[in-house]
Amino acid sequence: MATVAIHNGYRLEEGGDTLRFKPFGSWIIRNLTEVEKTLSGFTMPKSSAPVVIDLSDLEKIDVAGAWLIHRSAKKFAAANHPISFESVGRAARILLQEVAESDRPSIPPEPAPSKAFTLVEDAGKSVISSVGDVRRLTELIGSMAAIGASMVRRPAMLRFTPILYHLEQTGVRAIPIVALITFVIGAIVSQQAIYQLRDFGAEQLAVNFVGIVILRELGVLLTAIMVAGRSGSAFTAEVGAMKMREEIDAVRTLALDPIEVIIVPRLTALVIAVPLLTFIGNLSALTAAAMVSFFYGGVPIDLFIEQLRDQVDMINFTRGILKAPFMAIVIGLVAVLEGLQVEGSTDSLGKRTTASVVKSIFLVIVIDGIFVLYYAMVDG
Amino acid sequence: MAINPRAIKTTGYLLEAQGLTVGFGPVNIIENLDIQLKRSEILGVVGPSGTGKSVMMRALIGLLPRRGGRIRYFGRDIDKLSLSARRKVERRWGVLFQHGALFSSLTVKENVQVPMREHMDISQELMDELAELTLSMVGLAPNAGAKLPSELSGGMIKRAALARALALNPDILFLDEPTSGLDPVGAAEFDELITSLKETLGLSVFMVTHDLGSLYRACTRIAVLGGKKVMVEGDLDTILAYDDPWVQSYFHGNRAQTVQVQMAEEDKALV
Repeated sequence: MATVAIHNGYRLEEGGDTLRFKPFGSWIIRNLTEVEKTLSGFTMPKSSAPVVIDLSDLEKIDVAGAWLIHRSAKKFAAANHPISFESVGRAARILLQEVAESDRPSIPPEPAPSKAFTLVEDAGKSVISSVGDVRRLTELIGSMAAIGASMVRRPAMLRFTPILYHLEQTGVRAIPIVALITFVIGAIVSQQAIYQLRDFGAEQLAVNFVGIVILRELGVLLTAIMVAGRSGSAFTAEVGAMKMREEIDAVRTLALDPIEVIIVPRLTALVIAVPLLTFIGNLSALTAAAMVSFFYGGVPIDLFIEQLRDQVDMINFTRGILKAPFMAIVIGLVAVLEGLQVEGSTDSLGKRTTASVVKSIFLVIVIDGIFVLYYAMVDG
Repeated sequence: MAINPRAIKTTGYLLEAQGLTVGFGPVNIIENLDIQLKRSEILGVVGPSGTGKSVMMRALIGLLPRRGGRIRYFGRDIDKLSLSARRKVERRWGVLFQHGALFSSLTVKENVQVPMREHMDISQELMDELAELTLSMVGLAPNAGAKLPSELSGGMIKRAALARALALNPDILFLDEPTSGLDPVGAAEFDELITSLKETLGLSVFMVTHDLGSLYRACTRIAVLGGKKVMVEGDLDTILAYDDPWVQSYFHGNRAQTVQVQMAEEDKALV
């Protein structure tokens, strides 16, 4: 007599010298979770009895169901059971045929290298990419210099409309946020200076301190960081999207130089905009300082202005604002370089934009440090 | 062809839209449009540029809001379904976008597995096998699965996107310009692929197209859009006999004659 074992989705009947594998119910992808679990825990009978795959109780089947039946049949065959099919409906036959035709050995994925190996590999890769960054930066600076030289000879090459457009985007539209940030920081620094100097009875010296620190360092640094976050990221995303959509290649095939068409207008706009924004930032921070001195320190505004004029030399302002064009060039170059390295995926666009902002803010601070060293040496 | 015999309520159509109106701003792109999709047919939607073929398809799959009209899938009005019932209906259709719309940061195989992973509770092993199987069915080489979409050619992108659309064994397949951007040979192969998949998988296909070849080769019924409505629908002969200047120039112009010659040659080659 036949012994019957019922599992999720199929019955196994052992009787005489044959084994009947009878799937039942709906073998469609939505229902296969349980079936797959029991099938994977299936142990092959030890005998090599012929197996009949009987589809008479099968109600519905789709590609995924056909695949599981096909896979079970393959497993039986691999264990030396002769296979035969019974009661295969038209739909099931077409699907089983299609599945058998499409079955092919999959290419095994490359074995993952060991952790230690990946660590060394990653370290190597980042060194190589930093070296590449330096090389690409040198290349870009070189071609910019060449274009700059030819522009001195032919100023008509300078594209005014795009420069004006980018001036509006990176300059005019950045005014509110730059003014706000420098105002708030100016107020904070001023309050701290007054508070700390009050114990020594030297509140009026706060004006000297605040004036110098804003004009020399804070104004330009904050402006450059804001511009790096605002325009640097925008440049990287724009150039990166243009790269992804082959627009940069298109520019090249139209016998135009992408550096001249895409990069020079953006960089020119930045070099003009950042010093102007720095000036606005300085004014805004000093206004905040004056207001804090008046309300918190009790220094009248006219006294503040007088003190500022007497004690804070013009040299502080020029030394601060002199840094701005250098920072602008670095922000622009980093943004464009990262943008040009975007590859096909949206993923790389995101990574490059992040890298652009992080690198340019880092470099802005490094440049500031270099200037501080330089000024210290000059002043002796 | 009763592969997945599912209860069809009230009407015999898989998809039925009545009085569909979609527009942007002050203009209605399509107005009071009726269209149906029957079981196991390949419906080709054609029409001059700007008549709202893609707009209609996007409204049918719920990507664009409607200004009016009712849409029934499998006999059920989708406005009356709960959110979860709607999601279930949505899983029964697959969409192939004009440019593939593969997720660019995932490999081809991972792209195919996205719907399985999100909607099914099956093991990674089975997902790998099914993805491999689907990629093989749409005619991609075994090494294509590990590639990123940016490394594929135009034809391979279409096939990979088709594999993703087929991942959940849909009943309805929406195709937006499936052969655009393919060379004539690639387009013909793609048409054959759609026809054979329709046969084996019991699909019903809703195809927006510009390609005369697809209309001749693959479609079992054609709807011509014009004047914000379906101007005429029926089999190829009905359309060819229809008296409208655009239809006449489209189906009887130089281009159409070239396609007819090609078809005749392909038939000969088959014999």
